[in-house]
Amino acid sequence: MSQQVTAPVLPPPTPTRRKPLFSLDNRYIAPAFITCILLTGHLTFGILESYWKTLLAIVTSILLELALGQIFYRKWIHPASAYITGISVGILVRSPAYWPYALCSALSITSKYVLRVKGRHIWNPSNFGISAMLFLAPETVASLSIQWGNYLLPMLVIWALGSAIIWRLRRFHITGIYVASFIAFAFLRSWMTGSPWQSEIAPITGPMYQLFIFFMITDPKTTVRSKRGQCLVVFLIALLEMIMRLDQIVYAPFYALFIVGPIAILVEIWMDSRRANAAQLTVTQ
Amino acid sequence: MTGNRVAKGFLVLFFVALLATPLVMKRVSGGRGSDRAKVDAKTALARHGFYLEEVSHAAGINFVHHSPKLDSKLDPIMPEVASMGASVSIVDFDRDGWPDIYVTNSAIGSKNALYRNMHDGTFKDVASEMGIADVNQQGTGVSMGAVWGDFDNDGYEDLFLIKWGRPELFHNDHGHSFTRVTEQAGLPSWINANTAIWFDYDGDGLLDLFVGGYYSEDIDLWHLTTTRIMPESFEYAKNGGRKYLFHNLGNGKFEEVSGKVGIDSRRWALAAAAADLRGTGHPDLFIANDYGVAELYFNDGKRFHEVGEKTGVGFIPKSGMNAAFGDILNQGRYAVYVSNISEDGILIQGNNLWVPKEGTAGDTIQYQNLARDFGVELGGWSFGGQFGDLNNDGTLDLYLTNGYISLDRNRSYWYDFSKVAGGNSTIIGDAKNWPAFEGRSLSGYQSKRVWLNDGAGKFVDVAQAVGATDTYDGRSVALVDLWNRGVLDVVVANQNGPLLVYKNTVAPENQWIEFELEGTTSNRSAIGARVTLFWNGQQQVQEVSGGCGFASENDRRLHFGLGKNAQIQKAVIRWPSGKVQTIEKPAVNQLHKIKEAA
Repeated sequence: MSQQVTAPVLPPPTPTRRKPLFSLDNRYIAPAFITCILLTGHLTFGILESYWKTLLAIVTSILLELALGQIFYRKWIHPASAYITGISVGILVRSPAYWPYALCSALSITSKYVLRVKGRHIWNPSNFGISAMLFLAPETVASLSIQWGNYLLPMLVIWALGSAIIWRLRRFHITGIYVASFIAFAFLRSWMTGSPWQSEIAPITGPMYQLFIFFMITDPKTTVRSKRGQCLVVFLIALLEMIMRLDQIVYAPFYALFIVGPIAILVEIWMDSRRANAAQLTVTQ
Repeated sequence: MTGNRVAKGFLVLFFVALLATPLVMKRVSGGRGSDRAKVDAKTALARHGFYLEEVSHAAGINFVHHSPKLDSKLDPIMPEVASMGASVSIVDFDRDGWPDIYVTNSAIGSKNALYRNMHDGTFKDVASEMGIADVNQQGTGVSMGAVWGDFDNDGYEDLFLIKWGRPELFHNDHGHSFTRVTEQAGLPSWINANTAIWFDYDGDGLLDLFVGGYYSEDIDLWHLTTTRIMPESFEYAKNGGRKYLFHNLGNGKFEEVSGKVGIDSRRWALAAAAADLRGTGHPDLFIANDYGVAELYFNDGKRFHEVGEKTGVGFIPKSGMNAAFGDILNQGRYAVYVSNISEDGILIQGNNLWVPKEGTAGDTIQYQNLARDFGVELGGWSFGGQFGDLNNDGTLDLYLTNGYISLDRNRSYWYDFSKVAGGNSTIIGDAKNWPAFEGRSLSGYQSKRVWLNDGAGKFVDVAQAVGATDTYDGRSVALVDLWNRGVLDVVVANQNGPLLVYKNTVAPENQWIEFELEGTTSNRSAIGARVTLFWNGQQQVQEVSGGCGFASENDRRLHFGLGKNAQIQKAVIRWPSGKVQTIEKPAVNQLHKIKEAA
């Protein structure tokens, strides 16, 4: 979730085009959006356990990013990405204790610097952090699955706003394919298990998924580059999630992304490497 | 990455250390917070100062609770929607000086029981002959709890029966029988409630009655016209039952005044309790709500003002199921214990221990949740909890029962529960959208908690060590000195399970004192009377309650443990009328019967 939303996804403006009255650098769109979600959720429903825990997650995330950036790149890394990681941790982690918030942020940011292959970090940072916490500290940590209003209007607003932003960032196809796959698989699960279809659809109407589909699975740094590949990968995430759901795994989406995401990146790296070798061979010949 | 190898090495080590941190934290907190070793009674007595022995059968109590069976439209999720109703309340209904036990049953046709204390260690069910057994008849709903209060000040405790259905008020006819006076009293024909308390909110010397609705009162759970009866949200629901405040008019009639005095809520109330939290002389009202935030109503003697958010107790929504007050630090101030749900890896709400913040008092009092710091946070799917000094060491301990639905040990409903609970209100609010239970458990077979207070801000769970080893689906807990021995015994009502009586044996060197209060100007039950005991340079405050915990009522007599070599300076009684009575140097190890001075 600590995506670098500064990816050059938009064409540069032509010199003849007039500058719009209101414009926002792409790198600030995602942080602004997630801040809106946080504030709306908290001011209307009080979703945060405490301001301090969320602040702790954000501060830990940013400070660690700045420190590691200095140590390993000798530069100050723009904090937008770390901010998103921190705020995501602050929203998604639910624990009565303080330390899981700091630890989850630290794990998320550090994973970007440790778990790298050919210069790319292969896990979405906050997905890694949250999955690790859920796996390693289940007696202290849960994730946000229910602690948000179950009402229609906030959901529609967030979905509409999120879709518009993701569209602008040219990553709506990822979200779209995932949602379509989830719904199709929900009906399939309902048919297979006999559960009401509404109960299978229910999770995606909740807040956890709003963060998952708009931030995690669309992270430019940890998704493959080709559009077709992105569609395939996100479909596979939904497929694995469905299988996990049949096994009644509560945090199936996190774990599915945790497994499929890095594999997809590794496959892409391998294919890039093969292509590079082939190209080099051609040049040599 | 351009960093050198050393930096990379340190980074990897740092990363591994981060991954190992949860295991370290688990080990640290696991070793500190509990004594899980099962030991013999002698060792428990030496180590913890008491032990509990389950003696229900020996005491002649063989009561088993049965859940209601509601409309067949709810069959797929019947274990969940019919998961409450087991309750226990303590009363000396015949004024013989020995506490009796009233327990509720919840299946249509099942009978409640009133266990008369036979003074010889045994009890006898006299509910049928007293006329308060057969109260779960077809068409009238079923029992969810009971609270006792002498509403007509004739000296005998009367019974209000909390029901999903027709609430009932029984007048106690001098301990010989009970007369149903529901209609005369002017009570409504149907309320789906799980909590009620007696308290004199306006200080007129007559007990008033608060009733907190759970399901909406327009729902007959046996004849549903719709399956849209569930909460609209797991933590923000406001479509539950209404609240009632029945003002006692003094002629056997009550007037419903909730709206008039500022109580207007449709949250899903599960537990209510009243105590004077600000020292104003007026009882404030705390309501623990399922599917939402708690509510705290300050009482100015005429009107109530909801201050949950302002005081800090009503901001984070959880699944409140208990409300109990205790002066846990012997500072003359009450903490409030609210139980919630914690299930490893799925939902860690944590229970709340609301402790007044340093430097705040009166109308500006603020609370902070110190459950984690004190070690009383995680108790599984927690229900009833009560404060009481179980080992007579001079500090209040905490007994917590828990466990929601114990069916198939190997299959859990949690996945389906979490799936639907997170869904949109149109999904969660309709019972037909909930997957079938199919015999699965939901936080079942849980170990209970008996948290011993060290007096310095830490509680240690000793349940297994002292003999509280049952794993039934506990609901309601009442503390009472059943056999007038100067110790608090524990009675636990379990859903679909037996009533348990834990007889307490306490190290004899620890001393105690008890007070039995009777109002004259104040209500005769003395509900709301407050005793502050000063001994050995410390003080502890306790208040006579008309119902607290979850669907329960403790013994009306106040029990103080004193520790060793107690030198009591005085006991100061503040009656609901405002009168203050001081007992100088009351003797230890005895019950003091005190009547309000004229």
